[in-house]
Amino acid sequence: MHFPILTYMVFTPLVGMLAVMVLRKGADNAARYTSLFFSLIPLLLSFILLAEFDGSTAKMQFVEYISWIPSLGIHYYLGADGISVPMLFLTALLSFVSIIASFGIKIRVKEYFAFFLLLEFSMMGVFAALDLFLFYVFWEIMLVPMYFLIGIWGGPRKEYAAIKFFLYTLLGSVLMLVGIIAVYFYTEPHTLDIMELIHRSSSYGHTFQLIIFAAFFFGFAVKVPVWPFHTWLPDAHVEAPTAVSVILAGVLLKMGIYGMLRVSYPMFPKAAIYYAIPIALLGMIAIIYGAFVSMAQKDLKKLVAYSSVSHMGYCMLGLAALTTASFSGVMFQMFSHGVLTGAMFLLVGVIYDRAHTREIAAFGGIGAKVPIYAGVFTLFGMGSLGLPGMSGFVSEFLTFVGSYNSPYIQRWIVIVSILGVVLTAGYILRMIQKVFLGPFNTRWENLTEINGREIFTVVPLGILTILIGVYPKVLSYFISASINNVIKIITG
Amino acid sequence: MHGPLWLILAFPLLGFLINGIFGNKFNRVTVSLVACGAVGISFVWSAVLFFRLIALPPESRIYVEKLFDWISAGKFNAAFSFYLDPLSALMILMVSGVGFLIHIYSHGYMGHDESYARYFSFLNLFTFSMLLLVLGANLLVLFVGWEGVGLCSYLLIGFWFTKKSASNAGKKAFIVNRIGDYGFLLGLFLIFVTFGTLNIAQITEQAPRLLASGGILVTIMTLLLFVGATGKSAQIPLYIWLPDAMEGPTPVSALIHAATMVTAGVYMMARMSALYMLAPLTMGIVAAIGALTAIFAATIALTQFDIKRVLAYSTISQLGYMFLACGVGAFGAGIFHLMTHAFFKALLFMGAGSVMHALSNEQDMRYMGGLKKKIPITFWTMLIATLAISGVPGFSGFFSKDEILWESFASPQGNILLWIIGVITAGLTALYMFRLIFMTFYGESRVKSHIEKHIHESPSVMTIPLIALAVLSVIGGYVGIPHLLDGSDRIGRFLEPSFAHFSESAIEGHHSAGTEWLFMIISVIIALTGIYIAYKMYIAKPELPVAFAKKFKGVYTVLYNKYYVDEFYGYTVVKPFIKLSRIMYNIFDRVIIDGSVNLIAYITEWTGEVLKWFQTGYVRHYIVTFMFGVVIILGYFIFR
Repeated sequence: MHFPILTYMVFTPLVGMLAVMVLRKGADNAARYTSLFFSLIPLLLSFILLAEFDGSTAKMQFVEYISWIPSLGIHYYLGADGISVPMLFLTALLSFVSIIASFGIKIRVKEYFAFFLLLEFSMMGVFAALDLFLFYVFWEIMLVPMYFLIGIWGGPRKEYAAIKFFLYTLLGSVLMLVGIIAVYFYTEPHTLDIMELIHRSSSYGHTFQLIIFAAFFFGFAVKVPVWPFHTWLPDAHVEAPTAVSVILAGVLLKMGIYGMLRVSYPMFPKAAIYYAIPIALLGMIAIIYGAFVSMAQKDLKKLVAYSSVSHMGYCMLGLAALTTASFSGVMFQMFSHGVLTGAMFLLVGVIYDRAHTREIAAFGGIGAKVPIYAGVFTLFGMGSLGLPGMSGFVSEFLTFVGSYNSPYIQRWIVIVSILGVVLTAGYILRMIQKVFLGPFNTRWENLTEINGREIFTVVPLGILTILIGVYPKVLSYFISASINNVIKIITG
Repeated sequence: MHGPLWLILAFPLLGFLINGIFGNKFNRVTVSLVACGAVGISFVWSAVLFFRLIALPPESRIYVEKLFDWISAGKFNAAFSFYLDPLSALMILMVSGVGFLIHIYSHGYMGHDESYARYFSFLNLFTFSMLLLVLGANLLVLFVGWEGVGLCSYLLIGFWFTKKSASNAGKKAFIVNRIGDYGFLLGLFLIFVTFGTLNIAQITEQAPRLLASGGILVTIMTLLLFVGATGKSAQIPLYIWLPDAMEGPTPVSALIHAATMVTAGVYMMARMSALYMLAPLTMGIVAAIGALTAIFAATIALTQFDIKRVLAYSTISQLGYMFLACGVGAFGAGIFHLMTHAFFKALLFMGAGSVMHALSNEQDMRYMGGLKKKIPITFWTMLIATLAISGVPGFSGFFSKDEILWESFASPQGNILLWIIGVITAGLTALYMFRLIFMTFYGESRVKSHIEKHIHESPSVMTIPLIALAVLSVIGGYVGIPHLLDGSDRIGRFLEPSFAHFSESAIEGHHSAGTEWLFMIISVIIALTGIYIAYKMYIAKPELPVAFAKKFKGVYTVLYNKYYVDEFYGYTVVKPFIKLSRIMYNIFDRVIIDGSVNLIAYITEWTGEVLKWFQTGYVRHYIVTFMFGVVIILGYFIFR
């Protein structure tokens, strides 16, 4: 048996949580560094994962398969392919970065980091699990730390936001649970092995596929979030502390897309084709609508939150199109958006820590005062609006070129969606202008420049987005075989 | 012919990185040396490659260099590769050459600016992007440069970002360009779907086979690309960003307006000539838009008082000529004019910068006058550029403009109407340019008294680039002397392999040399008339313009306010757009969508509230309820 690297990646944060919990009360710095250590290990392991990964095959790698509840045919089944490896890396990276960014947390420090590590544990688990039961367990565990992280360390309306997030997502997962149970009983012998279920997908009846796909879809759609199930997102983001927003936008939203790529699409291919046009329409609406609504925002963080709705729309469009290029675009967008929006939220947090406001109109001209911060912010803003040379461009371009060519959706949907490119430029530039450019607002005379620790958190993200933009092979090496395989399963 | 081509790009990119990261720690001279050196080396290397290319026989003047496979997924594949042929060789030479002069000039002009390093790093990035655009072997690499110059224009136009107007102008440039890019992207996708590649050489080769001449597909394709070109090259209806681009430092205006950025659209169309030649309808539209833009912008230029604004509208007008040339299939003439225009327009802008430098940044020509003796080098070089742009025989603009005018009539796509518009524009050009010269350098000084005593000629680091460009503005035309004047039209023959051409059968009956002479003479006469009118109005009888403005108040006001186009867009596009976004958020998102979510939550809660009255926990309540139930059920069975 080989080294169970995935188990180590998943469970190290859990061990870390326990370690933080047994620290004596008030040992804040110890809690900080302990959790830093326990989030560094999965990051280092993820580098091994990347190095060991074989990009030429779509087969599951690093597989761990142990019987868990034999009477129900449930296994402890972990594995990684080209779809999950980038997400595991992203999760490890963003968790590590977020923990550094959380060093400023002052109240109930121990609990905060304990919950944070629990969150990392559950996210890692979701991306590594290959048994639906296990997948569901991780998926649901994730709600708990998230609920408390928003509800305790959040802003003024934290209770409202936390409950809304919790209930909304729970409603989604209940439908997913219905789907899981239905699949379980539909197959003979009963199994919850995802790979096995995909393998048998050709035997599922048409109607069954349509109904169960919809159940899974709703479960995942709330998380993405797909328009019109998105309204929990801005509330959650506005109230959540910075690092939690980073994880929320950077990783949690991707879990929805990941779920579709991993479960619903390959498991119910007929439904995927059947629903292509409605899903593409939802994607199109999200892109345009999200951009319009972003334009109207007065709060910096809310603007970035709504921009996520728009950016996730690209993923829905790419999924609906069912081509290799568009699916690659989806993968690129998942990774790229995680990096870019993660950085955006970190940067919004930087200014909020100093100014104690996020109201766009309250700023103005501060680029003169904090040039480095302004430069870094502009860089990620440009990435976000899809400037060539950065990762956002590759993902948008692949999504569009793949969708434009797709036999499953209508071309006008794509043509309207591409308008998002113009609208995004509009709201990003408007934001940059209102905050950084124009006459200097003397109220911010004492604003201090971004510090070393904060720069350290965004630098790896900046390097990644440029690296992928200039040389996309660093990412497509991992994903292409798996994506080809998924497309082959769906479209035959 | 051995590259490497990437070296041309590497130096400006390196300069950008060095000055961008460490620039603040360097002193000014080091920053300048890095920036100018980077572009200088790039220019030298471009020149080496250019002459190596020329040394080859015409049919083998193509060199492709692939760096790596860039984006590939499924059927899509685009390499990061460069392409050197006569067209791109000429362009890199011009971009790096004129760019180099502008860099040197900037050392003087921006010498006192506190964000010196930021300025030069952006300038390098701009040059890099433009070179990338020109060298790109496929449309996707071209698009990277295309977006790159858009970004740099944003950064440089809004360079003095604490000025609200500057940051507005930068944003406007970026967004208007993005609107054009929307069309360009759609064109790109359509091309990919049709050809299965974005490689320009392959598209060019396959186009006649895959596309029916005059077919709907190629027409839409070329129109979409053209939309992108109108954005980048400031044509109707997307020209509005360019006059505002004057908010940037003056050398930036020279760079944007002369050697880079605005020429990108013309270059792209010339590059894609194989497609355009298959779409006569698009060609007609391009020619019409070009001609209209040329005359439209020229009329606005007549009434402006801001020296840079006159030049800005002049640029739009001159770009109109280049589009006109492309529209009638005279791509060589278009590129020729692009080149001569780069020389004289860069000179004019930097001259204007030199004037402003002398006058403590005064831009209003009403507060100039009589500067001829005080800043002689600026005056003489600007005069040369003005003669060139006005199309006075012997100067570079004459040759290139005359070729366009002739083709606008003689080409199979041309007609007399296009020629008439072109010639009138030529007259207007001479008029507004000499108006500029006369108002600035002649007559009584109207300079504000406190500035008057500080007037001085610019340092030689600024005047030497002016002189260099003045020389080029004169001799630059002699590479393209038409056959009519016993020339050999060397540039035309050099560029020929890069373009698609009309088939022999399309060119019906050659026009006689006599006709060509006649047309040329008419256009010269009209240009001279323009100069004469300018002389009459601004030197002989300075009271005339005011009288005119009074007499034709309506027309004058419309022109002075630039036909109110900005206001029109404001009311029809920008305002409704912002309003719509507010409605979508405040009403649709908050009330309808989120309202329904909360409503469901409230209904759930309310249901619970109601039901809880039945769950009191008292056994007696449950017995009473139970009794009622029994009575009702019994009653039902008894009385049914």
